[in-house]
Amino acid sequence: MKRHFFQIGMLSALLAFAGCATQPYDYTNFRAHPPRSIVVLPPLNNSTEVKATYGYLTTVTQPVAEQGFYVFPVAEVDELMKQNGLPTPGEMHQAPLNKIGEVFGADAVLYLTVNQYGQVYQVLSSTTIVTAQARLVDVKTGTLLWGGNVSIAQGSGDSGGGIIGALITAAVTQVINSAGDPAHDLSATANRQMFRNDGHGLLHGPYFPKDKEK
Amino acid sequence: MKDQKTILLLSLAIGVLLAGCGTPNIYYWGRYEGLIYGQYAHPDKASPELQSRLMEEDMHKAISANKPLPPGFHAHLGYLYYQMGKADRAVAEFQVEKTQFPESTVFMDRMISNLTKK
Repeated sequence: MKRHFFQIGMLSALLAFAGCATQPYDYTNFRAHPPRSIVVLPPLNNSTEVKATYGYLTTVTQPVAEQGFYVFPVAEVDELMKQNGLPTPGEMHQAPLNKIGEVFGADAVLYLTVNQYGQVYQVLSSTTIVTAQARLVDVKTGTLLWGGNVSIAQGSGDSGGGIIGALITAAVTQVINSAGDPAHDLSATANRQMFRNDGHGLLHGPYFPKDKEK
Repeated sequence: MKDQKTILLLSLAIGVLLAGCGTPNIYYWGRYEGLIYGQYAHPDKASPELQSRLMEEDMHKAISANKPLPPGFHAHLGYLYYQMGKADRAVAEFQVEKTQFPESTVFMDRMISNLTKK
């Protein structure tokens, strides 16, 4: 009985510790320069997958806009940058802030880096992995308003049928997945986690419905 | 057995809670982001003609759903019209983007003036 209490005590200590480990983000800068509009630049790609830049970029608009911000049309931003002599994300990320302010009239720039994007194949199945980080910078002052990172992995479904069944399933899912780019789908989940996360994600922007504010 | 049932119910409840958090509620998204992904991943298949037709369908669905279209939607549709040589319709869409989201004014005016220069 005593031992039982001890275990419960340990467990609650652990839970409390887990709570402590995730202190809320310090939003002082964000509140000092609250943006209305955000320009999202194509992400830097440190992964080995060439599709990562645009596979990831095309899952960012929804979570950021649903937090209440105006998000500039990502394809047209990309196109305009390219037409102005900045063909790669690396070069776009070097563009001076005053130039970005002048061309787009944006309040803030979202700089993204994708570190892992794609699938790791094991013998019987595969795991899809997406790892990324984000920095939101105020255009007028260059202040870092917010930063975040996310790491997410998803295994392909387990199914019964013994080892032969599992082998067949692994082969089938690999074929289906390579057609569908599962890391793109997982990026959408990753971005919801990173941007729409109380205490760690973006604060609400001007288009967030007032009646849904806590 | 009873424990298993409890765990199942608990995980279901957590699943429902997680699904509730972060789901879109302001805008009608339709295929906006999916089409842009397609334009990069399969440029041969996502022609401006096909993209704009699907986006026009989504516009009607947004009206039926009584939800606004998301930021960038009309700007992207306008750019598709421009690529199809329909400059007037392009300008009209850029104007709609500006009206719906005044934050886009600088960028949309730039697109409009680039268009009319050509």
